[in-house]
Amino acid sequence: MMALTNVSKFFPMGRGKQLHAVEDVSLSIGKEQVVGLVGESGSGKSTLGRMIVGLHSRDQGDISYDGELLPTRFRTQDHLRYARRLQMIFQDPYASLNPRMTIYDILSESLRLQGRTDAAAVTGAVTEWLKTVGLHPDHMTRYPHEFSGGQRQRIGIARALMIQPDFVVCDEPISALDVSVQAQIINLLSELKASMGLTLLFIAHDLSMVRYISDRMAVMYLGKIVEEGPANEVFFNPQHPYTQLLIASNPEPDPAAERSRTVVPIRGEVSSPVNPGPGCRFADRCPNVTTQCALPPPEVIVSEGHRASCHLLN
Amino acid sequence: MTDSILSVRDLAVEFDTFGGVVKAVRNVSFDLTAGQTLAIVGESGCGKSVTVQSLMGLIPMPPGRITHGRALFKDQDLLSTGARGIRGRHMGMIFQDPMTSLNPTMRIGDQIAETLVVHKQYSRKHAKDEAVSLLARTHIPEPGRRANQYPFEFSGGMLQRAMIAQALACEPAILIADEPTTALDVTIQAQILELMKTLQHDNGMSIILITHDLAVVARMADQVAVMYAGEIVETGSVEDIFYQPAHPYNQGLQQAMTSNHEPDRVLSPIPGSPPDLFSPPKGCGYCKRCPHAMSVCAEHPPYLTAVDASSHQSRCWLHHELAPVHNNPVRRP
Repeated sequence: MMALTNVSKFFPMGRGKQLHAVEDVSLSIGKEQVVGLVGESGSGKSTLGRMIVGLHSRDQGDISYDGELLPTRFRTQDHLRYARRLQMIFQDPYASLNPRMTIYDILSESLRLQGRTDAAAVTGAVTEWLKTVGLHPDHMTRYPHEFSGGQRQRIGIARALMIQPDFVVCDEPISALDVSVQAQIINLLSELKASMGLTLLFIAHDLSMVRYISDRMAVMYLGKIVEEGPANEVFFNPQHPYTQLLIASNPEPDPAAERSRTVVPIRGEVSSPVNPGPGCRFADRCPNVTTQCALPPPEVIVSEGHRASCHLLN
Repeated sequence: MTDSILSVRDLAVEFDTFGGVVKAVRNVSFDLTAGQTLAIVGESGCGKSVTVQSLMGLIPMPPGRITHGRALFKDQDLLSTGARGIRGRHMGMIFQDPMTSLNPTMRIGDQIAETLVVHKQYSRKHAKDEAVSLLARTHIPEPGRRANQYPFEFSGGMLQRAMIAQALACEPAILIADEPTTALDVTIQAQILELMKTLQHDNGMSIILITHDLAVVARMADQVAVMYAGEIVETGSVEDIFYQPAHPYNQGLQQAMTSNHEPDRVLSPIPGSPPDLFSPPKGCGYCKRCPHAMSVCAEHPPYLTAVDASSHQSRCWLHHELAPVHNNPVRRP
């Protein structure tokens, strides 16, 4: 349904330097699938999500959606045209709602932009959606500051789903929330996904949650997808050294499992994404690094539908 | 408890705000065992940070007010005015956001050295040398060069190491870590947690770890106190808290998390949200969200009740002998 082919995004840094935020990424997302995208901060996962919904232009590659090539740079009419089908839920429920608009204004804006002006029908839709996401219809006259973080995230979800999109990018929708509320939002998204037949790109750094909600999982490191496959297989049988160390670093809420586990943290820190060399991006931190890692890593098919980019797997 | 190094009793903290008085912390009591890690866990706004800030004298007064309580460290009450010399010297603290917790206009080495000059009366030169070796102990590469740099030249993970170096400068008996890894990526979190464990092992210090992340608790803690709406609702060993949760809130938390043992178990969230601390409920703070709430819960605050023969306690009316028995979901280790 959504196919990315060799997509890249470079941000100019001045003096001929370029930040390679996303480089040569290919990913396909089937209809009604949930694909989880994980990686550390600066790995390019948000940039990738924003390119899909047209909030960033792309520098190379193609993104096609239902067989239709999306424009490299969205113009106003492209946004109006594709917003009906492509939507985004943002990370920070405090920053992504206009504090000077009431909840009614926030939720009805997308309907009005799509030409739905019948006041009674719009109010009816807003009422319906507030109920769907577990808020009270009386809340529509309030302002964002009157809500808690979890409630605001529900408003963000209602705003994205009001116009019945088919594809939604969820950019860290639960990171800003408390544990008990995270599960509420995850279950809400799963229910709506099933009832509306949504396709989701779920971006997060919480590996356990991504494994739980996703059908497939893609791991990004410094702008590249290093491993991609069925979520449970990537999580329980990781192949790329980075994925292995990332999953080993992720603590489990289980004291006995934690006590019996020795963690060898990944050494060093993420290197700079400015003008990187052609070789494997993870080579400087990889415990199994060899001389051939200075060359671009091959993409190896580990098993059907499970790929990883590493010389060691070749 | 004989080997308790810090004993907090009936701590209560209030804040005056435009909306009225917020009772941020109520009746908090706990003991910290020497050489162990106590995790205080809870959601945002439950009072966990305020609890440790009051121990460190970091509550801004006004608008804050410690209305009740004692915190005994070596027979001295940390909440009294005479306790200034203990903080920084015998107790170190690290904070959630290393970017804003260090002075941006001072070199990293000088900030660490300052602690030693103030508390141990080291000379500037001696203190600076000591700062470099502290940076080396927290695994900062090229510590000599790094000590002369400013905070903006450090990454988030390195700043957190520098802050740990500063907190450990005087070899404190207690390290308070307030969400030390929340702002960090999971691979850097693993590095910082392992560093804290190693240093604890080497120095024999005790750690109070404030966090909302139960996976971090499982990795680090010996004892756990679960806070909700300004009170400790359950306390016990880390195994008690995870495998024999007694308070309905803790039981709810355990069911709201993903588990690698049961990958396909459906998460059951806790409905609703925490109560308004401007007017804390008359009875139990959790009763509006509790699946087992009884009429007594809305009217009378429950008290901490021993759940078994060990230190495991829970603040819930269900432990009363007249209360009905519920079959609770239990996770296997």
